[in-house]
Amino acid sequence: MTETTLIAAAPRTGVAVRVRPRGEGFELWFEYICCAAATMLLVTLGGLLVSLLIGGLPAFTKFGFSFFVTSNWDPVQGVFGIAALMLDTVLVAVLALLMAVPIAFGVAFFLVELCPPLLRRPIGTAVELLAGIPSIVFGMWGLFVFGPLFAQYIESPLMNAAPPGSIWDTLTSGVPNGTGILSASIIVAMMVLPFIAATLRELLLTVPAQVRESAYGLGATTGEVVMKVTLPYVRRGAIGAVMLGLGRALGETMAVTFIIGNSHNFPKSLFDAGATIASTIANEFAEATSPMHTAALLASGFILFVITFAVLAMARMMLGQAREG
Amino acid sequence: MAVSAARVAARRVSNGAFVVFCYLVTAIALLFLAAVLWTLISKGVGGFSADTFTMDTPPAGSRGGLRNAITGSIMLCGLAMLIALVFGILAGTWLAEYAGNSRYGSAVRFINDMLLSAPSILIGLFVWYLLVANIIGHFSGIAGSVALALLAVPVIARTTEDVLRLQPTSLRESGIALGTPFWTVVRKILWRSAGSGILTGVLLAFARISGETAPLLFTALSNQFQSFDMGHEIASLPVVMFNDALSAYDDLQRLAWAAALLVSAAVLGVTIFARFMSRERKST
Repeated sequence: MTETTLIAAAPRTGVAVRVRPRGEGFELWFEYICCAAATMLLVTLGGLLVSLLIGGLPAFTKFGFSFFVTSNWDPVQGVFGIAALMLDTVLVAVLALLMAVPIAFGVAFFLVELCPPLLRRPIGTAVELLAGIPSIVFGMWGLFVFGPLFAQYIESPLMNAAPPGSIWDTLTSGVPNGTGILSASIIVAMMVLPFIAATLRELLLTVPAQVRESAYGLGATTGEVVMKVTLPYVRRGAIGAVMLGLGRALGETMAVTFIIGNSHNFPKSLFDAGATIASTIANEFAEATSPMHTAALLASGFILFVITFAVLAMARMMLGQAREG
Repeated sequence: MAVSAARVAARRVSNGAFVVFCYLVTAIALLFLAAVLWTLISKGVGGFSADTFTMDTPPAGSRGGLRNAITGSIMLCGLAMLIALVFGILAGTWLAEYAGNSRYGSAVRFINDMLLSAPSILIGLFVWYLLVANIIGHFSGIAGSVALALLAVPVIARTTEDVLRLQPTSLRESGIALGTPFWTVVRKILWRSAGSGILTGVLLAFARISGETAPLLFTALSNQFQSFDMGHEIASLPVVMFNDALSAYDDLQRLAWAAALLVSAAVLGVTIFARFMSRERKST
């Protein structure tokens, strides 16, 4: 459009006059608008932090240090402590990671080294679809399908087989009803494994072909190439991928809400009911009974934000260094 | 040094174990997907009837469907995508074309990555505090849409930046050489050549928000009746699933499974379509 204006304008005037291209005056404005949109991201994160802090301030000031070290969560009495919630949040996420990491690494190795080329795309897409299934569907599946099976075939046999008085017995005490901390962490493991697998796969694909091929050329087996050459090559990034998964697991809400059983006490065993920060907010926020209840939930949200932000920031730094190095 | 037979055997066995492990865990991951999909289909199809699309969500024990939740979800996601498109593409453009390696640019990039993985329920709390508690003063569809938009913007911004960076510099230079203002180069050349890539990001963002429940619970809330008023409470499929699945009534749970099938089919369909689009882009 602008080119035609230039050509059309020149012969009419007879002399070479620089015709300002149409829309030139808007040049700077466009940059400012784009910059404002980018700044909006910054404002969102800042606003998130500030609003949770201000909203949670009444709870912080009223309960002080005991907010973090007691587990008394009583909306009727107006007493709140999030020690058990924080413990459950971390416990579920760490247990989930323990299960998800070996599986995710195996899937990534399979896709990069072992998979027949014809199947690479379908299987890669299938793993991505697992990541796409909404959290709440995992929750419903966990509660209505997985839970009963888990109770019947895993929880009950484990409880019956436990020698009385042993650590095993303590860990598997409680009611084998298919909900609880272990069930929740298994579902969360299913949800984070595609994220870890996809990130690790991208990383493994950045390993130069010569590096892999020279290892194979020296007679290394597939297992040796992966464990001793390609995985060490991307180790920083691999740690970052795991941390990214941890960040997701910490904030996982709906699936956990369905299956964790919602109890605010300290868990006594792996089968015991619990509640994470996110599941408590999902369950109680819309029906909070008092302003202090709302404040306590906002304050626990602030704590969750601080924990996940720290984990995600660390993940990002490690992935970023892997990308540059 | 002679090759020890025992050493060769040991390496062969450990490699065999590694390969078997990789096959096994991939099978487990695929089994998870198959199990969830099978449940969705076997439980979801039974919940469908003509009423599903023509009647509103019922109280327990009476006839009903999902009409209000379907229209509510479409409106919430539609408005959210509209907001997210504008902000996401502009922010991505700034990051790719104007930010360069500046310190502010890397800060925004870092923040965007944080928002990409931030727990969605915290976004919901933020929007509740900002819009529901302070600016608007009550639950509303607009608040729900804003919460969903905040989840979609980082996805769109990220893909837009990535795709724009892939465009060759010669494309920008040829535009500028013709005397075109740079912002016209961006709009008429770069956005067009990056179009399918940006569309992929938009589709993935849509897939992400259409199944989101947590941020809607205390922004859009829910509504038993058909409503087109975004200024007040509005029903959505995920929230109906949450409420009905946890109810003690068979008929409501059936309806929740039907809604789950509907939402999952939409999300997975869009994801596959987006993958297909990005494959087309790579092959050309």
